[in-house]
Amino acid sequence: MKLSKLIDALKATKVNVVDKDFEVTKGYCGDFLSFVMGKAPSGCAWFTVMTNINVCAVATLAEVGVIVVCEGAKSTPELVDKAKAQDVNLIETKYDIFEAVKRYIAAEA
Amino acid sequence: MENLHFEYEVAGNNFSQAGMASDAVKSTLKKMGIASEDIRRVAIAMYEGEINMVIHGGGGVAVIDIFFDHIEIKLIDHGKGIENIELAMTPGYSTAEDEIRALGFGAGMGLPNMKKYADVLEIESEVGVGTTVYIRVDFH
Ligand SMILES: Nc1ncnc2c1ncn2[C@@H]1O[C@H](COP(=O)(O)OP(=O)(O)O)[C@@H](O)[C@H]1O
Ligand SMILES: [Mg+2]
Repeated sequence: MKLSKLIDALKATKVNVVDKDFEVTKGYCGDFLSFVMGKAPSGCAWFTVMTNINVCAVATLAEVGVIVVCEGAKSTPELVDKAKAQDVNLIETKYDIFEAVKRYIAAEA
Repeated sequence: MENLHFEYEVAGNNFSQAGMASDAVKSTLKKMGIASEDIRRVAIAMYEGEINMVIHGGGGVAVIDIFFDHIEIKLIDHGKGIENIELAMTPGYSTAEDEIRALGFGAGMGLPNMKKYADVLEIESEVGVGTTVYIRVDFH
């Protein structure tokens, strides 16, 4: 589905949206950065509660399509700056990861 | 073709700077037109090694040689060293402190990821002297 549709489904805040027509085809959940680098599929929506600057570095390395910060967590200013500098899609949702994924799947169906 | 040679200082315990060397190598490979799947393997393997130098090794230097068909990465630190390399390679094994884990590091999957993405991974380490990690990734 298009990123814009995911943003609606999650009632998400667009912290840095580079390409709202980006086609999200997969998802990955997790907070340990090494798991993301080992397992997250290229172009995926990455659901996490981590908000530090290293999140952007890892998203770039793993070619994550969009970082979805869940649980109403707020991205740190360093993360926001880095996402802008590196053209990484970054959105925030109040939903917890389980609820966010349920909404993702419902929107996809 | 001559190979390209780069050296980068990696600061210990600095998490906002961590990954700069890997980033630089990644952009170089991109400019060279290396396939994105190869770049991904190089960048992740090197980032994991760079992070280990930052967290566990007190910083060090990254020595990079890029050839037409592969890249060689040497990560050299003079930190505390690894007592049991086989144990350190075990998925999930980590000595990282809680505050490091709170940043999302310390899953104990760094060395396994490096092994997964590198074509050759060699680790030499001596307790109290330091660690040298050699990574080779072939371009496909
Ligand atoms: N450069 C290094 N210097 C000292 N110890 C290291 C180094 N790299 C790895 N280690 C040891 O190996 C363990 C496993 O490393 P790794 O698989 O990357 O997991 P993590 O970094 O998440 O702890 C580390 O917790 C640490 O004890
Ligand atoms: Mg590690």
